[in-house]
Amino acid sequence: MLTFTLRRLSLFIFTMLVLTLLSFSLSFLFPGDTVINHSGQINASTTELAHLNQVYQMDKNIFHQYLAYLSHILNGDFGQSMASQSPISNEIRKLLPATIELSLVALLIAMLVGIPLGFIAAIKHNKTSDNVILSLAMLGYSIPVFWLGLLAILVFSIGLGWLPSAGQISLLFEIEFVTGIQFFDILLSDSPYKWQAFRDASAHMILPACVVALAPATIFIRLSRASMIEVLAASYIRAARAKGLSFQQIIFRHAIRNALIQIIRHVGLQFANLVTIAMVTEVIFSWPGIGRWLIDSIYQRDYTAIQSGLLVLSCFIFIVHILTDFIYAALNPLARGNKHGS
Amino acid sequence: MAVLTMNSNSIFSLTIAAFISLLMGCNEGNKLSLSERSIIYCSEGSPETFNPQLSTSGTTSDATAKQLYNSLIVYKGKNNTLGPSLAKSWHVTRDGKKITFYLRQDVSFHQTHYFTPTRLFNADDVLFSFNRILNKDHPFHHVSGNQYPFFQSVKFSELVEKVEKINDFTVRFILKRNDSSFLANLATDFAVILSAEYGQMLQDKRAEHEIDISPIGTGPFKLEDYRVGSLIRFYRHESYWQEKAKIEQLVYDISPSKTSRLTKLLAKECDVSSYPIAHAKIAERSDLQLESITSLNVGYFAFNTKKEPFNNKLVRQAISLAINKQALIETVYQGQAAWAKSILPETSWAYDKNTPELGYDPVRAKSLLEVAGYPQGFIMDIWAMPVQRPYNPNAVTMAKLIQADLKKIGVTVKIISYEWSTFLRRLSQGEHQSFLLGWTADHPDPDNFFTPILSCSASELGNNRTFWCNKEYDQLLEKALQTTNMDKRKGYYAKAMAIINEEMPLLPIAHSKRFQARGFDVEGDILSNFGGISFYNAAKNTINNEAKSIVQSKIAEEASN
Repeated sequence: MLTFTLRRLSLFIFTMLVLTLLSFSLSFLFPGDTVINHSGQINASTTELAHLNQVYQMDKNIFHQYLAYLSHILNGDFGQSMASQSPISNEIRKLLPATIELSLVALLIAMLVGIPLGFIAAIKHNKTSDNVILSLAMLGYSIPVFWLGLLAILVFSIGLGWLPSAGQISLLFEIEFVTGIQFFDILLSDSPYKWQAFRDASAHMILPACVVALAPATIFIRLSRASMIEVLAASYIRAARAKGLSFQQIIFRHAIRNALIQIIRHVGLQFANLVTIAMVTEVIFSWPGIGRWLIDSIYQRDYTAIQSGLLVLSCFIFIVHILTDFIYAALNPLARGNKHGS
Repeated sequence: MAVLTMNSNSIFSLTIAAFISLLMGCNEGNKLSLSERSIIYCSEGSPETFNPQLSTSGTTSDATAKQLYNSLIVYKGKNNTLGPSLAKSWHVTRDGKKITFYLRQDVSFHQTHYFTPTRLFNADDVLFSFNRILNKDHPFHHVSGNQYPFFQSVKFSELVEKVEKINDFTVRFILKRNDSSFLANLATDFAVILSAEYGQMLQDKRAEHEIDISPIGTGPFKLEDYRVGSLIRFYRHESYWQEKAKIEQLVYDISPSKTSRLTKLLAKECDVSSYPIAHAKIAERSDLQLESITSLNVGYFAFNTKKEPFNNKLVRQAISLAINKQALIETVYQGQAAWAKSILPETSWAYDKNTPELGYDPVRAKSLLEVAGYPQGFIMDIWAMPVQRPYNPNAVTMAKLIQADLKKIGVTVKIISYEWSTFLRRLSQGEHQSFLLGWTADHPDPDNFFTPILSCSASELGNNRTFWCNKEYDQLLEKALQTTNMDKRKGYYAKAMAIINEEMPLLPIAHSKRFQARGFDVEGDILSNFGGISFYNAAKNTINNEAKSIVQSKIAEEASN
């Protein structure tokens, strides 16, 4: 397990180095002055500019410049947003939790819906229900998320008036920012309207989370179906059946557990996909997350924000990957022998 | 083991059930839920500042003036006559040069997390607020850019000699000359009263610029929170000098996109929406209502009275008679504008209902042209403004419709349009024969329509591009400004309107309307007659509210028994 951990750690560090190198080079590739792209201080005076040049070591060679940039990043200094002139680390600290919250809820929905459906399809392999579930999965996978989001607003917000269409919570509620995860903040707050706020936040969550969850859910259907079919064909299942175990016993005691292990590996991969979908969804539902902020930054040509936002997002996704790898390894002893990162 | 899990499960569900019942209990009790005591307003943009003295933008004064502040006097009632506000009464000397205000003694300023007032409103606050604009040495004069656009446009500092404090609750304005629009200017959204004590505190902290960012006023609401481009949160001012506002919380949801405002309105995420689109869709919904108010502007078609053939009054009348105004309003404004009978909107107190109007009569137009000596018609040009303005959303289309109308009486029209700044420059040089333009008033005093558009002085250096100059008309305007008697002023303006309709230097077409949509549960006037919005009278009408009032009336009955 130790070698496994060390290997993952070194993989993490080297990938991060490559990522910082990429974001460092973006400052040169974007139009404008490199040091201003690094720091985001577009209105810097001459003295400030001289100071910036010094702290980013612009007079030395490119390797020193990179080290200076790296030390800034490690100290949590991503520079300022060119548009709002406030530190990017603050903005990310405020926005990233909202995206994580949305993605986690969506992931949960996708797993709760997708995996059981996939199992049912596998158990009824090649029967009508299998075909129906598979075609539904295909259909769901092909629907573009921006269209689905607008359709959901049209039907559930405008037409039926059941669910709100924008934002994380009604503006009436003042929830103090503690963790950034709205549900936790509501529970931590001492507002007299805590439960009203909680209900309101849940209502705001349903539409965007379902929209984000659709595509990953269909993938989970296909993954869990494939892995279940594989498990059901394995010899130990045949042995169990020969022992005379009932169908329920076989499925719940043996098949599901073994099939799930295969799926957990893919959860991490799906998370990257999920965050990408969440970014588009955030724009449609005016969700105050990092995706919407990043897309706004692209519109405003806020280079510092784009480059730091990309860095933080990819770092976040990578951490999720490694975490799922660990969980997988913890659940499946066979995987620990797998020395090379994937 | 299984039993144990069952147990903890059932305990868990019991707790949840208890929670839920607690929750419901709270709701059904005497407390109204938060949304029933608050209003969310979807506004079209962020305010530039929280001090309406500094900006004439409608968005800014909508978000600040009537919510956060009061002025000395206000427009009141259906006829928009001047009434008391922070000044309980006022007195004008016979020569009109000294105006004394007697102030209320029970007005308190906002208490917020950034300021706690220690005294009530008094004369110092009035002096502080107006000297900021008038006095170049005032410590706050140069704060936030030194621009007071409204006061500069009415030449306030040239009019006011000084503001005097007679005693703690009496203030006197001394004017250099008599000007009856002075009081009207003090009643606008821009002439608000700031707190001198707060100013002093900021000066001590050397944070003068805060005065326009974290506002302190006397209005029905106080600022709680502002996030640029996202929201403004107001709380009710609990010790407001009049009855408290009916709602406890007012939130401006800043949604610049028209479609997102509509979505939020339809999805009930906002209670009131500014400038809605899709009027038909809103009107057909049973849970929403659409309302509108005529704005203080006028779109008109005007002639260059210095050029052939429009130096002839008969030609001007003939052309005006030949234009089908109804069609213009339906096509260009899509019916969302009020028919203009004169340059003054009908909502103004000075509007005279008996103002004559030429109307639409192509046959008479043709005969008038013959009398004027143009039986075969002539060729003319119309200059159509290239930009979209509330008073004229599409001047080129309007010009095309007029072209078709005039063809019927044998007049051929060429439509000319330049880029906006070139257009205005060439207009001022008088190169045109006729043109489509409009005027948005800065304040509701009727003089603001008559003098800038058509007076002789405006034809020399101002906005009068008709170059029409009528001595009788100018004298009427002068007399109207010198008297403070409302009835007399109204009479003078009625005569002035009659002169315009006889002489026809321009044909008023429409006054555009300002629209607003709201849910049926929102009660009370929000749009005020002369620009601006106020949520002071707004309230939510809910089932709980009704239940409460029934209970209260029952209690009252029993008590009386």
